[in-house]
Amino acid sequence: MRRIVVAALVCVAANAAGEDSIPSSLTGAKGDPVRGRAIVTNRQVGLCLLCHSGPFPEERVQGDLAPPLNGAGRRLSEGELRLRIADSARINPASIMPAYFRTEGLTRVAPAFEGKPVLSAEQIEDVVAFLKTLNE
Amino acid sequence: MRNSVLALCAAAIAIPAFAAEIPLAERRSGYDFMSRETRTMQDDDTANPGMLWVLDGEALWKRKAGVADRACQDCHGDAGTSMKGVAARYPAFDAAHGRPVNLEQRVNACRVDRQKAPPLAHESRDLLALTAYVGRQSRGLPVAVPIDERTKPFLDAGRGTFFRRQGQLNLSCAQCHDDNWGKRLAGSVIPQGHPTGYPLYRLEWQGVGSLQRRLRNCIVGMRAQPYDFGAGEFVDLELYLMWRARGMKVETPGVRP
Ligand code: HEC
Ligand code: HEC
Repeated sequence: MRRIVVAALVCVAANAAGEDSIPSSLTGAKGDPVRGRAIVTNRQVGLCLLCHSGPFPEERVQGDLAPPLNGAGRRLSEGELRLRIADSARINPASIMPAYFRTEGLTRVAPAFEGKPVLSAEQIEDVVAFLKTLNE
Repeated sequence: MRNSVLALCAAAIAIPAFAAEIPLAERRSGYDFMSRETRTMQDDDTANPGMLWVLDGEALWKRKAGVADRACQDCHGDAGTSMKGVAARYPAFDAAHGRPVNLEQRVNACRVDRQKAPPLAHESRDLLALTAYVGRQSRGLPVAVPIDERTKPFLDAGRGTFFRRQGQLNLSCAQCHDDNWGKRLAGSVIPQGHPTGYPLYRLEWQGVGSLQRRLRNCIVGMRAQPYDFGAGEFVDLELYLMWRARGMKVETPGVRP
């Protein structure tokens, strides 16, 4: 497990070279879109709806600091989605979107979160699988 | 593909990492973003729960305390005169500490040095009451922290903190309060983050709290390690926020959702 995560972090780092996607799964397996949806809509876990809106009629409060997630799976490939979630700064260094799979280069992280990415490799794969289902 | 990524990166570099500070004429208090009911609550002293703290503060102002057996009033007289405009210029440089101190620290310096009484704890009812009472004497006056060669380095440090990305979520104060104010973070409209109402009554707290308590809420949300109450970094950040709000009106005791 640990080895997979380290390999995945290295893979994220490799994108500093200027790639626009992380083509392969961070876990080596496909994610689960149902779990992914639950992560995206959970304000303590995915935090996505703090900033984004999307096709979630049951969620009364959604943010508007970021483009709606509707159609994300049509606009972006699986690998492009993976990179944007793992480390959005690779696309836009000034992005307000947190890097969900990066633990280095951060300042004054609260002790409870020190050394931990916002989402695990498995969770990111679940989110990617879910976003891929957003076709309109 | 690679070329388009390079073009994207170049575009990203051309955009400054931080948008500029809010132009003076576009600054708006958190009050302006509130519902009509909450604004009415702040405006009407008989409905503003913060006034209960102000009344307590008035009683404490007149009550003798400590080994010196002296009241604030024994040295300062009528607060309506002697404390008018004071909160509008804090944090202020304190020669004994060689740095700016905030109003809470100033009150406690008087407690310890002049009243010979133990300092009041951060966020204690009595300290909030006294700072709310002193703050109330500046209500409606423009914020005006004097910046000179002694305070400038602390102002710059506070500005540095405001623009620094922090915590697991890697956010800066400026990203929300300069770049995205007026937009919705889930259910809440992001205000510009002005310190003009503190200490204030927050409905979510069901009580009065200091500016530093409010700042800790934001810092915890960023999943960053909060500064200790009274820490130099915190006072410098307060100084920067007050400078950023220069000319805006003191609202103490404000009300917020
Ligand atoms: C603090 C704000 C914030 C949070 C939290 C956030 N995002 Fe974003 N996201 C943005 C912004 C702003 C953009 C626009 C591009 C940029 O500025 O980086 C963006 C871009 C994206 C994109 C690319 C959209 C496109 O059409 O190109 C995807 C996909 C995305 N986010 C998904 C997510 C998911 C999934 C989560 C949660 C796991 C999430 N975001 C959490 C702010 C956020
Ligand atoms: C991700 C967004 C975000 C970040 C980052 C953030 N804040 Fe805030 N801040 C908010 C929101 C939203 C509110 C209003 C909350 C409410 O009323 O429910 C707020 C409220 C405030 C207020 C109260 C304003 C008033 O009118 O009473 C101050 C002051 C403030 N923030 C300062 C800061 C400082 C300083 C930092 C950095 C240390 C910071 N914030 C970081 C979103 C943010």
